[in-house]
Amino acid sequence: MATSIKKLPDIEQVLSGNGACGGCPATMGLRMVGKALGPNAIMLLTPSCSVASMGMTPKLGYNWPCINITFASAGSSASGIANAVEIMKEKGRFQGELPTVFTWVGDGGTYDIGFQALSAAAERNDNFIFFCYNNEAYSNTGVQRSGATPRGTFTTTTPTGKRQPKKNMALLMLEHHIPYVATATVAYPGDLYDKVLKAKSIPGMKYIEILAPCYLGWQFDMHDTVQMSRMAVRSGAWLLWEAENGKISFSNPSASIISGKKAAESVDDYVMKQGRFNRLLKGPDAAQRIAEIQGDINREIAFMRERAKIVY
Amino acid sequence: MKAAQVIMATGNNAAALAVKSARVDVVPGYPITPQTSIMEAVAAMVENGELNARFIPVEGEHSVLAAAVAASAAGARVFTATSANGLLYMHEVLHMASGGRLPVVMCNVNRGIFAPWTLWADHQDSMAQRDTGWIQYHCSSNQEVFNTILQAFRVAEQINLPVMVNFDGFAISHCLMPLTLPPQEDIDRFLPPHEPGWRLDPAHPSSFSNVTVASEYAPFRQMLSDDIMASVPLVKEAAQEYKEITGMWDGDTIDTYRLEDAEVVAFAVNSMAAELRLSVDILLEQGIRAGLLRPRLYLPFPSEDIIQALPQNAQVMVLDRNYNFGHPGGILAAELKSALFGRRNDITVKNRVMGIGGIDLTRRFMAAEIRAMMEE
Repeated sequence: MATSIKKLPDIEQVLSGNGACGGCPATMGLRMVGKALGPNAIMLLTPSCSVASMGMTPKLGYNWPCINITFASAGSSASGIANAVEIMKEKGRFQGELPTVFTWVGDGGTYDIGFQALSAAAERNDNFIFFCYNNEAYSNTGVQRSGATPRGTFTTTTPTGKRQPKKNMALLMLEHHIPYVATATVAYPGDLYDKVLKAKSIPGMKYIEILAPCYLGWQFDMHDTVQMSRMAVRSGAWLLWEAENGKISFSNPSASIISGKKAAESVDDYVMKQGRFNRLLKGPDAAQRIAEIQGDINREIAFMRERAKIVY
Repeated sequence: MKAAQVIMATGNNAAALAVKSARVDVVPGYPITPQTSIMEAVAAMVENGELNARFIPVEGEHSVLAAAVAASAAGARVFTATSANGLLYMHEVLHMASGGRLPVVMCNVNRGIFAPWTLWADHQDSMAQRDTGWIQYHCSSNQEVFNTILQAFRVAEQINLPVMVNFDGFAISHCLMPLTLPPQEDIDRFLPPHEPGWRLDPAHPSSFSNVTVASEYAPFRQMLSDDIMASVPLVKEAAQEYKEITGMWDGDTIDTYRLEDAEVVAFAVNSMAAELRLSVDILLEQGIRAGLLRPRLYLPFPSEDIIQALPQNAQVMVLDRNYNFGHPGGILAAELKSALFGRRNDITVKNRVMGIGGIDLTRRFMAAEIRAMMEE
């Protein structure tokens, strides 16, 4: 059982007062992350919503030392900091407990421009947590497609709906043989909290991806963020899983969907609530396009069910 | 007191030994000819315990410098090295290093840039980075490479700016020359441990290089420009103090040879400037009052020192190993003319581009070129 939301620590690393949108899932996710990490950490960001909304140099709305790094570089820069603090500690030039080094990067900085540096850092098994807050588009620049954008999504650069499926980024990270990979989303804060706490205790490279339904990009009412996050999981469009040393396990409700104990909810409701999908309905090929979305979800569920059986 | 040790070393060995002497903390690295053997030597020294540092074998030069600037922001003393297209690939992060005021020291082993493909030296790579806000030294011997890396750390950490130490591929990087290694305690006296005024520190959370408004951004950039200019006296001080401690001297912002009463002044950087001393000797034997002025510092361009040093009515023969595309001739000539304009109207500047892609520049060839330029 995941830790109850009522039992999460009172500590707040996301301070009151920042420029994020109402209902911003990235900020919600970061708040949960902060409860698990505590203040002894160093944060890296790449140009994204979470930088644009954190405050003006050198002030900030997060209670960590933060560096905004070049867009392609979160993985390599986190390696630089992790190695720097470790060697300075060895040489007696860093006082106190070693801080947790972590990145807070959007899907563009993870799936696309940042993929090379992230992949290399994972292959080196450098000691930090890479967080991807995934809102399935370049939201900060006004919603363009990314490698995380699912098939059928309308963005400003996919004006008739994206024609390709998204990558399974978390699985790609698992195949780098790193000690810990997890997926999470804001509707399940205890699950996220537990995963961050676990990642913090494991040396080496950890990857945690948080699905972050963005009302602006997904086109729903901003008070529905948590509900949208929950619907993504219940429909199987987002699977909650973790892998310690390569062994995959699912948390509920995804565990029930994978085991077949409970069927995934039809994707229709999830799609209909979002402007980014429901514009498909106006097209002559609406039925086929919606079927493609459902097909991608079914395929991922089937694939992950089988992939989880492989233990090495 | 221990005596200095003299060994035979390539320019790349000399660079790696300077990294060890500087007690560097973090070295991200990626192979590229002709720089590769610096990274190999550093990786070996870290592995065998000669150097207590972290070597990070990253996956490309953009990541090399991204790891370097972040490690520097965390308070570490950081070194790396690159060449040619590696340096170009870093271009975005070069700006982050200077704008972020991070005192990284990097060797660039000069090599012509792609396309077409060449492995050998010219200076298009470093000079194309003129506007990135890095202090740039250009070295003419293996010993100068060693000495300059130590001086570069000192200057970088005093003024919070990154410094690039350039020297030619193969002519310097791969050729053996005698190298004097000063005793470590002398180097420690010259280069104390890095104590940054600011670093990423959980005890003092603040943000680094996030959003600014124009009224904050503009003063940041003005300070950067001012401080690059203000590095000149620090470069001179570092050279002078290094000389007092080790007895070695490569010049400060400039290096000169037989300049005092010269009528014809050869003007060039890097290894070709070492060879040019011999060209000057040939010209002197031929009865031409020749001399040499070598800018050791390319950026900031040592305008004042050049203006002071040039003899009255001299003809300056600028030998550029690069192109200033869109203009006839090379980049050094344009820099020199810009420095002299309105200050030294007695000086004539002539210019030829040569040695591109590693074409050999011998003393006789360059002496003949200078004679031909005198007739122009």
